Amino acid sequence: MTTTARTAAPAAARRSRTRHRGPLAVLVLPFTLFFVAFFVAPIVYAVVQSLFAVRSSGLGLGPPTRSFVGLGNYLQVLSSGDFVASLGRVLVFSAIEVPLMVGVSLTLALLLESGRARWPRLFRAVFFLPYGVPGVVASLLWGFLYVPSTSPILQGLDRLGLTVTPLASGSVLLSIANIALWSFAGYNMLILVASLQSISGDLYEAARLDGAGDLAIIRHITLPLLRPTVVLVTVFTIIGTLQLFVEPLVLRPLTSAISSTFTPNLAAYNAAFAGNDSNTAAAMAVVLALVAFVFSFGFLRLVNRKGNRAW
Amino acid sequence: MVTAAPAPDRALAPRALRRPRPPAGPRGRPSVGRVLVPLALVVAAIYFLVPVAWVLLSSTKSAGDLFGTSGFWLSDSPQLGENLRLLFTQDGNAFGRWLLNSLLYAGVGALAATFLAGGAGYALAKYPFRGREALFGLVLGGVLVPPTVVALPMYFLLNTVGLTGSVWSVLLPGMVSPFGVYLARIYASSGVPDEIIEAARLDGAGDVRIALTIAARMMTPALVTVFLFQFVAIWNNYLLPLVMLSDPTRFPVTLGLTLWNSQTQRDPVFYQLVVTGSAVSAVLLAGVMLGLQRFWRAGLTAGATKG
Repeated sequence: MTTTARTAAPAAARRSRTRHRGPLAVLVLPFTLFFVAFFVAPIVYAVVQSLFAVRSSGLGLGPPTRSFVGLGNYLQVLSSGDFVASLGRVLVFSAIEVPLMVGVSLTLALLLESGRARWPRLFRAVFFLPYGVPGVVASLLWGFLYVPSTSPILQGLDRLGLTVTPLASGSVLLSIANIALWSFAGYNMLILVASLQSISGDLYEAARLDGAGDLAIIRHITLPLLRPTVVLVTVFTIIGTLQLFVEPLVLRPLTSAISSTFTPNLAAYNAAFAGNDSNTAAAMAVVLALVAFVFSFGFLRLVNRKGNRAW
Repeated sequence: MVTAAPAPDRALAPRALRRPRPPAGPRGRPSVGRVLVPLALVVAAIYFLVPVAWVLLSSTKSAGDLFGTSGFWLSDSPQLGENLRLLFTQDGNAFGRWLLNSLLYAGVGALAATFLAGGAGYALAKYPFRGREALFGLVLGGVLVPPTVVALPMYFLLNTVGLTGSVWSVLLPGMVSPFGVYLARIYASSGVPDEIIEAARLDGAGDVRIALTIAARMMTPALVTVFLFQFVAIWNNYLLPLVMLSDPTRFPVTLGLTLWNSQTQRDPVFYQLVVTGSAVSAVLLAGVMLGLQRFWRAGLTAGATKG
C-alpha cells in the first residue's frame, strides 16, 4: 500500500505543491498559529526577558529602568546556591524516580500480560485509576497519610514500635517520589500493555516450542520488542520529574523540609510572584528547559547509539 | 463527541471470553508463578487503592473524627450527606462552580485541541509541502518541552496584552497539543490509505471535505485518544491556572481545593471541605477514566509501536 503510493509520489508531489495550498492552509495553519502563539512565543519571550533586568534608580525615587544585561541573570542564577541546589535536588529525584517508575510499570505490565493473572482487566483498571486523580488532589491525599495525626498507616506502624517520618528532610524526596509513582505508574503500565498486546502470539509459541522458559522469553523476546516503548516512557518520566512543582507546593505547609526554592520550578514561581522579579524567573525557566532538553536528548542519543533506533 | 458510555460488564468480563491469543504461560503445569503473580497483583492493587479508600472513608467524617478515629474505619456517626451539603453550599456553592469551570476548560480546550491537532497531523502525513519536516521537528521538540516551563513566560506574555485573569488565559493555551499532532500524523499515515483520498478526489470531493468526513472518520480512534489525553492534562493542570487566575469564581477544581486547603489553620471545617471535595473530584474523574478505558488503547498502540 505504501510502496505504490511512494512510486507515484514525485509526480503527485509536484502537482499537490501548487494545487493544495488552500486546503493545506485550512488544515495546518490553525494549529501552527496556536502553536506559535502559546508555545513558541512564550519561550522566545522568556529568552528575551532573561537577558534584561529591571533596576530601581539610585535612591529609589525615580521609576525603575529596564536594561540589557546579557547573560547577567544566568550568571546570577547559576551562582545562587539555592537554585543550583534545587537543580541538584530534581536530578537526584530523577535518579530515584525514573528507574522506580520504569521498573514498577514494566513489572505490572508483564504481570498482567503473563497469562497467569486472574481478572487482568479489573487489576488494570485499578492500577490506572490514580491517573485520573489530579496531582494536587493526590498530594493532598498523601499529605494526610504522611502526617501521624491523620494517617492510619503511620499510627499502625507506631503501634508496632516503628516510627516513620515521611516528611522529615531525609525522607521527603522519597515521599514525593511515592506520590509521583502512585499517580503515573498505571498510566505508563497502560502504554506498555498496549505495546505488549501488539506482539504476535506466534513468537511466544515458537520460543516455547524451542524450549524457552518464561524468563528466557521475557528476556529474549518481550523486552527487545518493548524497547521503543520503554524508551518513550523513560523520556517522558525524565521530563516529568525535572518539572517537579505541585507535590512540594502542596506538602510545603506540612513540613519545614521543603523550602521555597525546593525545585527549580518552585524557585522560578516564587521569584516571579513572591519576589516580583520576572527576569530572574525567566532565566530560571530557560535553564530548566535546557536541562530537560539535554537530559532527554542525551538519553535518546545514548539508547540510539547502543542499538537500533528506538524513537 | 465523547459520551460517557461505560460498559462495566464488558470491561470486567473474563479474559478467556475476550482474548483470542493464548496466554504466554504454560498450561497445566503447576508453578511458583501461579501463586506469585496473583499475589503481586493484589499487593499492587492495595497500594493503589489505599489513598482512595482513605479519602472515601474520611469524606464521611466530621473534622473532629478525621483526627480522632482510625483512618481505615468509619466513625460512629457517619455524616457523608452533611459533608456533601456543606461542600456544595460553602462560599455560595463555589465547589459546583469550580467543577463546571474545570469541565469548561478541559472539555472545550480538549475538543479544540483535537480539531487543531487532527487537521495538522493529517496534513503532515498526506501533503508534501515546504517546511513540513521543519514544522514536525518543531512540534516534536514541543513534546519534549515541559509544559510548566511554558506557563510562567506565558503569564508574562499574556500580561502584556491584558489577557491574564480571564477565562481565555487558561482556555486558549489548552488548545495546543504537540503530542496530539504527533499521534494524529502517525495514525493518519498508516490508517488513511492514499487510494481512498484519490478515489474521493476523482469523485469530485474537495480536500477539506475529504479531511473532515472520510479522514476524520478513519482517524477516530486516534482522535479520541488525543481528546482524552488533553482533557486529563487540562483537568489535572495546576500551574497554569495558578499563575493566570486570581478571581476564585474562575478557578478550576484543583485551584479551588488548594485555596480551601490554605484556610484549614483558620477553621478546621475546611479539612472536611478539602477531604470531601477531593473525594468527589477523584471519584468523578476516576469514573470517567474507567468508563472510557477501552478508548485509551487503540491510539496508544499506534503511538507506541509505530513510532
